Amino acid sequence: MIANSIAVRLQSVLSASGEEGGGFHAPSISEFFPGPLLFEGTLFELSRINAIGLFMTGVLCLFFVLAFSKNNFVPRGIQNLGEMAVDFVQVQIIDEILGHKGARYAVYLTSMFWLLLAFNITGILPLMHISVTSVIGFPFFLAMVSWIVFNVEGVRANGPGAYLKNNLFPAGVPAPIYILVTPIEFISTFILRPVTLTVRLLANMMSGHLLLVLFFGATQYFLIESDGIMKAVAIPSFFMGFAFTLFEILVAFLQAYIFTLLTAVYIDGATSAEH
Amino acid sequence: MSQWIKFASESSAEQPSVLLPAIYDIIWGGLSFIIVLVLFSKFVMPRMREITAERTEKIEGGLARAEKSQAEASELLAQYREALDSANKEASDIRAAAQAERLAIIDEAKKAAAAAAAAVTAQATSALESDRARIATDLRRDLGVAATDLASRIVGESLTDDARATAVVERFVADLEKSAGR
Repeated sequence: MIANSIAVRLQSVLSASGEEGGGFHAPSISEFFPGPLLFEGTLFELSRINAIGLFMTGVLCLFFVLAFSKNNFVPRGIQNLGEMAVDFVQVQIIDEILGHKGARYAVYLTSMFWLLLAFNITGILPLMHISVTSVIGFPFFLAMVSWIVFNVEGVRANGPGAYLKNNLFPAGVPAPIYILVTPIEFISTFILRPVTLTVRLLANMMSGHLLLVLFFGATQYFLIESDGIMKAVAIPSFFMGFAFTLFEILVAFLQAYIFTLLTAVYIDGATSAEH
Repeated sequence: MSQWIKFASESSAEQPSVLLPAIYDIIWGGLSFIIVLVLFSKFVMPRMREITAERTEKIEGGLARAEKSQAEASELLAQYREALDSANKEASDIRAAAQAERLAIIDEAKKAAAAAAAAVTAQATSALESDRARIATDLRRDLGVAATDLASRIVGESLTDDARATAVVERFVADLEKSAGR
């Protein structure tokens, strides 16, 4: 709900700065609509954010290709990092949540985690300074993939009837209560799961970006355009920006982890025989 | 949430809502995801599995080899101990046999020595006996001759008459022996 308070605050900042028309560039949602670079108006319109996404995809692929190109028995240098990267998702998410069922989803979950981290971390990387996931397209896409995967796997494991029954008519509930429970279960499982996956990631990345723009924008404004003692305000503003940069590293990692973890949890729940 | 949506929709005068995914964002994001997915399924994960399997195999192979050589070493040690034991036993047998043989040899030697000593003693005794008998005979004869001679000289009477002479000599010798015996 950080997102809420920021939205409220931003409205006031926006209206205030609009009246002044002065030098303070307040962050707005236009940050997330950078405009097309290439192919404007086509299905393949490429914004600056899409370009960053493609660049990070290239970096990620290059890293893993280099890491696993030698595949030595005794790993050295970048191969260590590559193996740690694959191992992290395997141990912390796949083994932890899915156990022996995990092998089937290892490629999917590992790809998802590292691409999410690569797309999240651009929020604090120099020259990019915006997360690819702070635009709804990619989080929405991945959440839909997760939704399709856990439903398809649930039906595959239990059959369509048993899968729907497990989810919509949980065992151990008196029959009349199903009037209440079934709609709630339906909405929470089949509608809210992808929505919360999308919005959790999107809102975290957007708010992080807005906070950084706010603090660094304020630092620049106070340092260059304000007079006298007001210039000193640039110091705490800068340090807040710095602190939030560090915080954003944590958030970038955490959100990639949570998204992947929840997908694993949903798959595990769907493929289990009973809830 | 409602505030956020309000904020998002208010700004939609110039911009679309941040909650509406643009088709090109989905396409580019999806493309990135498919690229990474293909890389992981065709390259990264198979190679990771490959190297992990190789390590497992090598480690297990190494453990098996170590176990095998351990077994070989303990078997060798058992064999060595057995050989050492049998050698020790053989040595002590040999020692015992030697000891017995030595005792037998000593015994035999003692017996032989005793026999030899007895033989020498017997021989000496018989030699002495015969010497004594011979000397006694000689002495008796010499004494007889001397006594006859002496008596003839003293008596002046010829004692050549053998019967008488012999009786006299006999009596004399018996007297001599009697006094010597005392």
